[in-house]
Amino acid sequence: MISRVPFYTIVVLFILAGLGLAIARHAQMEIPFLPGAERPVWLVEARIDFNAKNEPVLVSMDLPDSPPGFRLFTEQAASPGYGFSVIRHDGNRRGEWSIRRAVGPQTLYYKAQFLQASDIEELPEQTPPEAQTIDWDGPQGTAATQLLAQAQQRSSTPQSLTRELIKLLNQPEPGQNAALLLQGHTEADLLVKLLNQAGLPARESQGLYLEDARRRQSLSSFVEVYADNRWLVFDPKTGEQGLPDNVLMWHKKGVSLLDVNGGSGSNVSFSIIRQTVPALQLARAQAEEHGFGQFSIYQLPIEEQSMFKLLLLLPIGAAAVVFMRIIVGVKTSGTFMPVLIAVAFLQTSLLPGIVSFITVVALGLLLRGYLSRLNLLLVARIATLVILVVFIIAIMSIVGYQLGFNTGMTITFFPMIIMAWTIERMSILWEEDGPKEVLKQGGGSLLVAILAFLAMESKLVSHLTFNFPELHFVLLAMILLMGQYKGYKLTELKRFKAMVDRA
Amino acid sequence: MKWASPFALKRAGILGMNRRNVAYIGQYNKRSLYPLVDNKLKTKLLAEKHQVTVPRLLGVVQQQHEIEHVAELVTNFASFAIKPAKGSGGKGILVITGRDGDDFVKASGSVISQEDVKRHMTNILAGLYSLGGKPDVAIIEELIEFDDRFDGFSFQGVPDIRIIIFQGYPVMAMLRCATRASDGKANLHQGAVGVGLDIATGRCLNAVQFGEVVSQHPDTGKALNQITIPYWTEMLELASTCYDMTSLGYIGTDLVLDKNKGPLLLELNARPGLSIQVANGCGLLPRLKHIEKMKKRHHSPAERVAYAKAAFGQPLAGNTASE
Repeated sequence: MISRVPFYTIVVLFILAGLGLAIARHAQMEIPFLPGAERPVWLVEARIDFNAKNEPVLVSMDLPDSPPGFRLFTEQAASPGYGFSVIRHDGNRRGEWSIRRAVGPQTLYYKAQFLQASDIEELPEQTPPEAQTIDWDGPQGTAATQLLAQAQQRSSTPQSLTRELIKLLNQPEPGQNAALLLQGHTEADLLVKLLNQAGLPARESQGLYLEDARRRQSLSSFVEVYADNRWLVFDPKTGEQGLPDNVLMWHKKGVSLLDVNGGSGSNVSFSIIRQTVPALQLARAQAEEHGFGQFSIYQLPIEEQSMFKLLLLLPIGAAAVVFMRIIVGVKTSGTFMPVLIAVAFLQTSLLPGIVSFITVVALGLLLRGYLSRLNLLLVARIATLVILVVFIIAIMSIVGYQLGFNTGMTITFFPMIIMAWTIERMSILWEEDGPKEVLKQGGGSLLVAILAFLAMESKLVSHLTFNFPELHFVLLAMILLMGQYKGYKLTELKRFKAMVDRA
Repeated sequence: MKWASPFALKRAGILGMNRRNVAYIGQYNKRSLYPLVDNKLKTKLLAEKHQVTVPRLLGVVQQQHEIEHVAELVTNFASFAIKPAKGSGGKGILVITGRDGDDFVKASGSVISQEDVKRHMTNILAGLYSLGGKPDVAIIEELIEFDDRFDGFSFQGVPDIRIIIFQGYPVMAMLRCATRASDGKANLHQGAVGVGLDIATGRCLNAVQFGEVVSQHPDTGKALNQITIPYWTEMLELASTCYDMTSLGYIGTDLVLDKNKGPLLLELNARPGLSIQVANGCGLLPRLKHIEKMKKRHHSPAERVAYAKAAFGQPLAGNTASE
């Protein structure tokens, strides 16, 4: 007796490899296990309004660039007549609209979908930024120095200094110095200047509060201080540290949010909607970013992908045949003929498929009855049958089309050669074993084909086979196990029933 | 209840198709030896070398053009059988029992023309009956003149004896009688009657047709439980020799009893069917396991047959066919 250990080791390895890979890909690429799974995304629409001055227009807006906590999923611009492109410059993304000539009020739209993803963090700066030198005019300089001194006294770290400054600026009755400085400055602006003066690199950035179904929103200002080798975010109104989860960082100061050449009175406003998109679509869009993605079927051209979709279903059909023959014990005509018929059913849909299959085989058997009298060589006879099958299918298509069944056309998906062989085999079977055996094997083939079809047509199955091809390892392990099955077939329970009764 | 429980089948020791394929055929029959039994021509030549008696070979048709000369080839023979060398399950065997002018008379009594015979040979050569549709050759054999003692036990055709040989030991045997329903063929699934035979004596144990117990031949009405196979020991030894001849551990041997020549080997089968259990009303598994457990095996066919007779013979009291 050969040792079974290597065999079962391989089977277990296949199962583990298949499931492990599938789970890893599910975790890393976020491919959903169920078809139709959906993920929430935020659709943000930026609306730019301005008046064109009847001259060439160039509008440039800063676009979010890997904002922390979010992943850009799709983006598009809708603006009739304008050319649009996304330009990268110095690590900054800007959307540019251009038109040769425009007059009057103009509206441009930029839409983007963002997926909330907690694992996305801002990349650390490669070279640590340096604090800018600040020039104040006249009395403001003194006020700034005094205010800073006041805050520095009550703090020890960059964080606490920032918080103290925010507190001083936001007092219900700000002190003299604060009041003076706040003239001609926003809080955020002033804070950035003060921090820089204190030798701390700081900048202002603008983010969008994401709330469902909001219109005409504008960006809120945040102050970022560079400390401990990263940018820390503060709300200049409340002094709260850290970026709220529902804030999408849109724009970083240093560059302008919006430039309009050839227009005036420009304004940006934002609308926000919470949407759901198929999780699968998200996963595909992200496939390129991951290591696993490089080996994914998603990388192939769409045409090849749809071919693979069918190819990857074949093992399911094959497994159905193995199960029906080994475990159940159904007799079929031609081992894997039912799988090919099932694939044809996928194109024709089930009922028209069955009807046309039976019609083609029945007509073929009639014609084959005459052929047997001609005493042809086997190869020539099969070739004749192939041609006859083509004719039968052509005639059925035409008649079906004239009668208004468009299913007539789809029967061309039947594999002609296989049909010819089926007819030949059944004809021989009829002569040798009688019509009963023909019905038994033909019915068995059809039954297995229908079951294989139902398995292959299932949304879940086609989703899993295509998106998790590694699950075929599990299927392979199952087939290997069935290949070792020594128990009784279901039909044998009936075949040997009388013997047990007699005993 | 229409289904038996798998545990009941197991208790009855019934060998199922899957276990037969994996644990017996797969394990004891070396793939490279299959051609010896799958090709009847090879079997015949091998048998002659081992002094195993076989029906006389009248001719072999290997090429399409040779078919034209068939008429000349068979002029001297009133009766003969045309078989595909690589056929399986009795498929493609044409039995001619006589002549009607230029036409031939089939075993069933129907008359077919020379053209029909040629077409049949064309089909054989093209591989219609061979496994996997491979090109084949047709062999023409002398028809067996079966022993008078079998008169009435078979509706036309030859009643043949199937003996399962496991590791050289005969483990189970049955007589297959053709019926009108089986068109003169001896396959149980086509409606032939299977008569289980006692390994010790060659006496009828039980007879079935289409899985049902019968006590008479459905066409001739002859009582089946009276059968006792003559030359039983010789037959068993002939069958047992086939193990030494082929080295295949699990084979079905098909034998016939010729009026003049005695027991003849018709063909061997490396994938013998399971119906023999139904005919015997008894499962194969206990006997196969018995042989597998034996520590020391016997060398000569005669010793093996003697051992099997003692081990697998059934006492008269267990005769279920008399019910």
